[in-house]
Amino acid sequence: MMPIINVIEAVRDAMKEEMARDASVFIMGEDVGKRGGVFLATQGFVEEFGEQRVIDMPLAESGIAGIAVGAAMAGLRPIAEIQFADFISPTMNQIVGEAARARYGTKGEVHVPMVVRSPYGGQVRGGLFHSQSVEAYFAHTPGLKVVAPSTPFDAKGLLKSAIRDNDPVLFLEHKRTYRSVRGEVPNTDYSIPIGSADVKRAGHDATIVSYGLTIHYALQAAEVLEKEGIQIEIVDLRSIRPLDTETIINSVSKTSRLLVLHEDNLTGGIGAEISAIVSEKAFDLLDAPIMRCAGLDIPAMPFAPTLEAAYMPSLEKILATTRKLLAY
Amino acid sequence: MPAIIQLPHVGESVTEGVIGKWLVKPGDRVEKYDPLVEVSTDKVNMEVPAPFSGVILRILVEEGDTIEMGKPIAELEIDGAQDNPVEDEATENEEEIHFDREAERRARVGEFLEEVRSVGPTGSGEGGLGRPDVDSVFADDPNDPSVQGEADSINSERLSPLVKRMIEQYQLNPEEIQGSGRDGRLTKSDVLAHLEFKEGRSNSRTDTSSGGFAEIKGENGGQSDRIELTSIRRTIAEHMSKAVRDIPSAWTMIEVDLSELVSWRNQHKHDFKVQHSVNLSYPAIIGWFTAKILSGNPTLNSSWAVDSIKQFSSVNLGIAVSTESGLIVPVIHRADEMNFTEFATKLDSLVSAARNGTLELNDVQGGTFTFNNTGALGSIISVPIVNHPQAAILTTEAIVKRPVVTESDAIAIRSIINLCLSFDHRVCDGHDAGIFLSSLKKMLEHHDFSSILN
Repeated sequence: MMPIINVIEAVRDAMKEEMARDASVFIMGEDVGKRGGVFLATQGFVEEFGEQRVIDMPLAESGIAGIAVGAAMAGLRPIAEIQFADFISPTMNQIVGEAARARYGTKGEVHVPMVVRSPYGGQVRGGLFHSQSVEAYFAHTPGLKVVAPSTPFDAKGLLKSAIRDNDPVLFLEHKRTYRSVRGEVPNTDYSIPIGSADVKRAGHDATIVSYGLTIHYALQAAEVLEKEGIQIEIVDLRSIRPLDTETIINSVSKTSRLLVLHEDNLTGGIGAEISAIVSEKAFDLLDAPIMRCAGLDIPAMPFAPTLEAAYMPSLEKILATTRKLLAY
Repeated sequence: MPAIIQLPHVGESVTEGVIGKWLVKPGDRVEKYDPLVEVSTDKVNMEVPAPFSGVILRILVEEGDTIEMGKPIAELEIDGAQDNPVEDEATENEEEIHFDREAERRARVGEFLEEVRSVGPTGSGEGGLGRPDVDSVFADDPNDPSVQGEADSINSERLSPLVKRMIEQYQLNPEEIQGSGRDGRLTKSDVLAHLEFKEGRSNSRTDTSSGGFAEIKGENGGQSDRIELTSIRRTIAEHMSKAVRDIPSAWTMIEVDLSELVSWRNQHKHDFKVQHSVNLSYPAIIGWFTAKILSGNPTLNSSWAVDSIKQFSSVNLGIAVSTESGLIVPVIHRADEMNFTEFATKLDSLVSAARNGTLELNDVQGGTFTFNNTGALGSIISVPIVNHPQAAILTTEAIVKRPVVTESDAIAIRSIINLCLSFDHRVCDGHDAGIFLSSLKKMLEHHDFSSILN
């Protein structure tokens, strides 16, 4: 019925449609023009929209983010691409210090309608400088929205919402999902509200909350457990900030057992926040301690394949933790 | 051929959508995928595409209407339908018109292709970019700090917040509820099962005066008496239901020739009784041998613990005793360490205590295997229910004289007993059960019985 595309194609379609719809939308980043982006997210864009709207930038992320903030304040809708989330740290001041505070600091007079797109995540042999997950740093910041889709359908619908949003949105795309996750996506206009989670699979024995690549590992785990008669509910956050607390708690009210799963490091990760929220708001719905399965607390994603595999919350680790949760 | 267009499902938790602006009107021609109408839901705002090309006949819902997912929203005349044979048309349209739920789910969940390589600067690494095989090397590392949430030990008596709330809400006594969680802690499903059980009881109480019962009474003219449950009856009922519900049990039986044991016993029973003031009974003899065998081969002296099997180092032999109020299973603790006389004496005193109602709490706790002399009333085969959470139960049937074919092909009259075993098939397989029964058979047929009196 609908065309089947992958995540990178969904990202490309969303940007292309929004650029055609709204002349104030433009793209800036490293290699986004002639090269079409290192992951080909902007392939053919410079030919279609011209160098004025698809701007190749020097290797200076603080400059990319800073210019985007200025352009957004001046009324444009920039999509700034940070080539790898690993390189986002030089933009901390522009994003956290300026973009996130502008509307608050001007009594709502100045908006910063910018999107920062960035590929993140591991299991791509990217090593120490091309694999990190950065969501927790930014999800801590009020004034910023943080989005991390897991499917082409969600990627397209959420990126459209992000571009149309009047506040800054950090849009994180898991590199491993770019070509490995395919799905049907309508080629008509649709958008998905930021801040709404999605129940990717219904079940009643335990809930796994996750986002990004690990959603697919969780779905695999649910398939394995279904053969044993265990029904796992899988909640895809889709947006990390704001969190869809209601959907999470609705699910826990059904299952009474919660596992939070993410690839980002364990300590201070999104799992900690969700665990705290559920303990505070739904303590008496819980039949077992909230458990977490996450990336190891080590300084970076290792390069060696064995060590990279050991870092990741793999299917085996997810099954082991879920079994502990179910047996409690 | 006119087709109904339905509001497509967009998510597990989304049941309805609000119709926004209609982008077409009756009489309009639409191409496949053309947007028809805007719809907003909690989860997604989208335009519903035309599932095929054709002409809009009717619009069935108005802007602002809240419509359940899957309900019809418009009618459309499909292009060229009349050219197709009728049958094909029906199937084809069926597929297209009904926004297949599974397809919708696939669309939202996506399909994860593990073997696909990534692209770009990180996509050129050698070998599979799928999950490397080495994953499994780290899978079960208990020291892996990425797998969190389990303390080394738990206080299984501490109730979870949910169970605590349920117990207060339904005014239950947690001690009456059997726990199935880790180390026997109470879980939500334990409380629900208990409530269901209680509800079943109160329903049957109401039922005696309700239509169903009255009808049976009226038609057949019979009477039914309501018998109040004693606490022991209730406990037995709960316990048996739980055992049948939770334990995938298997059953096996072995035939044992007790002729030698019978004649040996007949020679010694009088002296034994005089000397020890206790009967040289068959249950005592077979029970004692059972404990010995379990001690040497503890596979059946164990308990299923969900993610592991608990194997017990001591044999605490439960003895099923029929009393006036119901079944009681006192336990001979450390039966494997007793000599025969100690065992027979303890058995005798526990059976008396059970029948007199003078058992201590400790006497009925900690059983690891149950022994039941079902032959006492003449039974020759029985299929016992495993005594949860133990792994197996053995019955000794009546000893009967039978003509049997001996090894020299003669027909002889022998004293035969059947031993029946039900066991938890999660804990072990028929092979282990067979080894246990054949070891017991060997003991009972060939042992130098006099040695047990020393």
